[in-house]
Amino acid sequence: MGLPAAKQSMTEDRLNVLSIPMGGAWSDEARQSAKARVEAMGLPHRRDEYWKFTDPVRFVTPDPTPAKVFGAEEVPLFAENDTYRVVFVDGIFDAEKSDSSVLEHVEIERLSECMKADIHWVRDFYGVLETDGQSPVERPLAALNTAYATDGICIRVTGKAPKPISVEYLHENESSDAILHHVIRLEEGAELTVLESGPAAARFNKCMEVDVADGAAFHHVRAQGRDHERQTATHIFARLGKESVFKSFTMTMNGVLTRNEVVISFTGDDAVAHVAGACMGDGDFHHDDTVFVTHDALRCESRQVFKKVLRNGAKGVFQGKILVKKDAQKTDGYQISQSLLLDDDSQFLAKPELEIYADDVVCSHGSTSGAIDETGLFYLRSRGIPEGPATDLMVIAFLAEAIDEIADPDLAEEVSERLQAWLSRRRNG
Amino acid sequence: MLEIKDLHVKLEEEDKQILKGVDLKIEPGTVHAIMGPNGSGKSTLSYVLSGRDGYEVTGGEASLEGADLLDMDPEERAAAGLFLAFQYPVEIPGVGNMTFLRTAVNAQRKARGENELSAADFLKLVRAEAKALKIDADMLKRPVNVGFSGGEKKRNEILQMAMLQPKMCILDETDSGLDVDAMKLVSEGVNALRSEGRSFLVITHYQRLLDHIKPDVVHIMAAGRIVKSGGPELALEVEHNGYTDLLAEVV
Repeated sequence: MGLPAAKQSMTEDRLNVLSIPMGGAWSDEARQSAKARVEAMGLPHRRDEYWKFTDPVRFVTPDPTPAKVFGAEEVPLFAENDTYRVVFVDGIFDAEKSDSSVLEHVEIERLSECMKADIHWVRDFYGVLETDGQSPVERPLAALNTAYATDGICIRVTGKAPKPISVEYLHENESSDAILHHVIRLEEGAELTVLESGPAAARFNKCMEVDVADGAAFHHVRAQGRDHERQTATHIFARLGKESVFKSFTMTMNGVLTRNEVVISFTGDDAVAHVAGACMGDGDFHHDDTVFVTHDALRCESRQVFKKVLRNGAKGVFQGKILVKKDAQKTDGYQISQSLLLDDDSQFLAKPELEIYADDVVCSHGSTSGAIDETGLFYLRSRGIPEGPATDLMVIAFLAEAIDEIADPDLAEEVSERLQAWLSRRRNG
Repeated sequence: MLEIKDLHVKLEEEDKQILKGVDLKIEPGTVHAIMGPNGSGKSTLSYVLSGRDGYEVTGGEASLEGADLLDMDPEERAAAGLFLAFQYPVEIPGVGNMTFLRTAVNAQRKARGENELSAADFLKLVRAEAKALKIDADMLKRPVNVGFSGGEKKRNEILQMAMLQPKMCILDETDSGLDVDAMKLVSEGVNALRSEGRSFLVITHYQRLLDHIKPDVVHIMAAGRIVKSGGPELALEVEHNGYTDLLAEVV
């Protein structure tokens, strides 16, 4: 078959500067096989159909484009919540800043530790969900991650986790190039919330494999921003068992290059998956949400809700697909992607797709781009709210449908408040 | 309170003159009503006074307590004490009614150099006012006007008026879409706000609203001007004879 020469040499150049971390036999096997997948696929290029709206060049160069360290003079989101903290600095685990206590029903270990063991539960999942997610669309950056991830966190939950696990990323080195891989397994009936926040590195490739067994519930709330120069590519691969729940919400502020891919596969009946995102950006902001949901079980429900607020030439991308296989009857699939364009220069590119082979399903999708509602804005101003705060209210209102996808009302409130703070900060310079 | 002199207004987008020399003077503590046939310019007058886009003032002036209204942004007019109860209150999905009210009250206080209301004080105030207007807790929590019935929307306008305590209230066809009971409730809300320092301009098609909110002066507007002014009896005349006779008499 062979790759085009340019792609081949680009891939080789990137892989040549990486080395496979040491580990046990099984991990080496998983990594070598992932490396072989990358070599076979080649790293992504803008001419690839899946990347036509987002130029991946900065994800694949041998060295990352440096990114200034962002000095946020604000309390990191979730920092004041009661959580179990796991901290990575430029992709390197920080034991001192991380919690090490015991959490009931939860096993937490570093990936690098798990890989040293000859026998480990992680073996059954590491790179396995990622491999499944490579078809029908190739995701070479995820395979690259599996091959070269230096660390990550592995969480196994057997009951209801007593508090959320908060993964906090810190960025201190202007040219850091971090590759992290998290593996999460929820046993039958287990419940877990994972929070993620903070600037991670100049370039960040992160992969998260989540296996949700029958009747288990996984909640994920992630904050990206406000570091603007970062280049971030993330993948979430989720496999859902019978009557399980998966909910993931991401808010993003700023960022010249962000690609968040979520790949969900329903394998058990009556499961629910909601993926949502709210993002805001200015100028050379580029944000890409790419979602692929595969229904291969009965009566499952999937929702995709993505909202983008774009200004001063910012660019937003949404590629969302719902694939309903032949036997996935009574599927309920919903997808909405909307952008609020605050000026004429900004762009929203959307590719909503439905591919349905079952004949008894409810699936709908919608995608819109629009300006702010002038009548609403006037109404607010006529009550004495100045134009700036009134616009912020309208923006938050626009994002609310996505934020509402967060199941925990306190977390939703926290996210909404942080977005408001970011908005007013932006307005006040 | 409110003084309008020879106000000329055209639509911004097209060359269509709507107001052709409106003169109106409203003293503090009085209630004025404007009646008039469709298309006479009543709603345009209310929009121009509150600062809505889409209109161009081609002549004349309008001032609130001596301050030039036409020079202010809508939020400045509100902070100066002007309030427009909309004929069609706007639905704003995603913004809670409570958040909206608190933001508005505090924005106006801030603009006037007053301290913002604490959450507790605000809550106490809004609950009392809402109760008088039979607005339940659920309506306060819901997004602004979303899913409200016609009557609920108008009651919500009066609630905003009660919370903001404006000096000059303009009610643009507040009676439209209201049943008899709702009209009574809304009118009671308005009457409760009547005071020496507060004036009202009530725009309506029908005399029946004026049975509840008794005006001191009634004006008839036609073709962009106020063509006749008089006491409450003028409204009754319109109700009985329509505008045709009245306008013929003026011309």
